[in-house]
Amino acid sequence: MNANAHPAAAPTAEARRLPVHPVAGQAGTSFKHEHLAAILADGKPKGFFEVHAENYMGAGGPPHRALETIRRDNPVSLHGVCMSIGGPQPLEKTHLARFTRLVERYEPALVSEHLAWSTHETTFFNDLLPLPYTEASLTRVCDHIDEVQQAIGRAILLENPSTYVLFPESTMSETDFIRAIARRTGCGLLLDANNVFVSATNHGFSALDYLADFPLARVGEIHLAGHAEQEDDEGELLLIDSHDGPVADAVWKLYEIVIGRCGAVPTLIEWDSNIPEWAALKGEAAAAQAILDRYAGRRSSDESHAA
Amino acid sequence: MQPDPVVHALVPDYPARFAPALTDPARATPDNVAGPRGKAAVKRYNVYRNNVTVSLINALASIYPAVQRITGAEFFRAMARFHIRKTPPTSPLLFEYGRDFPAFIAAYEYAQAMPWLADVARIERAWLDAYHAADTEPLGNGALAEVPPERLADVVFSPHPAARTMRSPFAAATIFAANRREEPSGAIDASVAEDVLITRPDHDVAVRHLPPGGAIFLAALMEAQPLGIAAAAAIEQVPDFDIGAAIAAMTEAGAFATLYLKGAS
Ligand SMILES: [Fe+2]
Repeated sequence: MNANAHPAAAPTAEARRLPVHPVAGQAGTSFKHEHLAAILADGKPKGFFEVHAENYMGAGGPPHRALETIRRDNPVSLHGVCMSIGGPQPLEKTHLARFTRLVERYEPALVSEHLAWSTHETTFFNDLLPLPYTEASLTRVCDHIDEVQQAIGRAILLENPSTYVLFPESTMSETDFIRAIARRTGCGLLLDANNVFVSATNHGFSALDYLADFPLARVGEIHLAGHAEQEDDEGELLLIDSHDGPVADAVWKLYEIVIGRCGAVPTLIEWDSNIPEWAALKGEAAAAQAILDRYAGRRSSDESHAA
Repeated sequence: MQPDPVVHALVPDYPARFAPALTDPARATPDNVAGPRGKAAVKRYNVYRNNVTVSLINALASIYPAVQRITGAEFFRAMARFHIRKTPPTSPLLFEYGRDFPAFIAAYEYAQAMPWLADVARIERAWLDAYHAADTEPLGNGALAEVPPERLADVVFSPHPAARTMRSPFAAATIFAANRREEPSGAIDASVAEDVLITRPDHDVAVRHLPPGGAIFLAALMEAQPLGIAAAAAIEQVPDFDIGAAIAAMTEAGAFATLYLKGAS
């Protein structure tokens, strides 16, 4: 079986050096170093932990020690934030090499990146910037995903963005664009339910229509996060993908609809600023786990994307 | 030569139109973006501007917490914003960002009353480099004792990956330490020059003062000069320089990774 046939398939048994911790049907949390002591003191199953790949691209030091400690006893999801897959310029080779080394070193249960760009020429903007959905941008994005998957020897999960602007030059919908990417590259998808809700609100489309049109069969992970409220130029609601608070009720409702349709897909509570105590973060994950448990078994384990 | 229109159409140019205004408030909203159903995109695009600038200011604040504590958040954020516009990051690794910030601070008009601030920033930058440096067992205390006394002058040390030294005409290390602690500190005489050694022998980064002559001695050793030559350089500056005590303290701090004898294979 080729590596691309299975979204986010982990390395083969012979290649593994680290213990395998399955991620199927589990809820997880963003891993923050300030929680490490509380996590270690907490004996119960804790689900999986997701890390931003770039934070572990230093040569050594405390970040690697913390991740090694977490990886020993828990599944880890490696989430790239800065690959700039959605930009037209070639991927930065040194960055891809660093990413590949992390995949090899930590053998993560899940590997993901964003449908966005963050570098233009030599400037890194540290934000997930939007792209128009055209045949030309589709070709570039697919080339970049092929290149990443070649380098790391496995499929990635590509995350849908939250956006604040549209490009009049776009010739296809975001769901058509994402479906075409998955079909051409064999990648899996990371469905961020909060991003769907944020973009739907900002651009006045129905989140349910978006989900109905989204290739849910390719989804190997779900993100849930909090958002903030602002106003657009017309004084109407503009949602900001802020990752700084609890998941909104409307997003929980969307989530339950998604899980009802695609089974107990691994689900992350994404929380990146105004980080709460471990207990509060764990509580959000427990709420997701309760929903996952209700739908467990809807997708048989050999079909799961976590194997 | 005219660009081939077909090939040209295959290379999308949306970042070239979207990016320049991200860090330049004088530029208008890019003309290739819009809101839905004819809505405007000024505030919408400003979300990206704000994300970029605020996240990069926060990145500098997390690299330079002592500088921010000294200047206060408002001063720091204004200074950081100027720096970001002038020198945005060129690497997606934000822990590599801000290498030019100490020089920017040294030249920053409103920071001239704090001439030691740039050196405090240099220590903070070295602190973060030490934090992310490769994990290497530091040289043990016993290693030098195994060298035959007649060969001591030929000992060459290789520096530990985390080790950095710095010389400041100000009390930069004392000011740094006072502003990385929670508790308030007493008055500091900023005019006392300090030489600094930054190491990370294990988990924790350590910042310590070097004795007089220590910086010259250690700089020579870190450039792979043999011990005899490094010692002579230090003694020339500080006649009563205690070589044994200096080596013991530097080894203890984790400044070295290995040693070998010059001329030995
Ligand atoms: Fe997300």
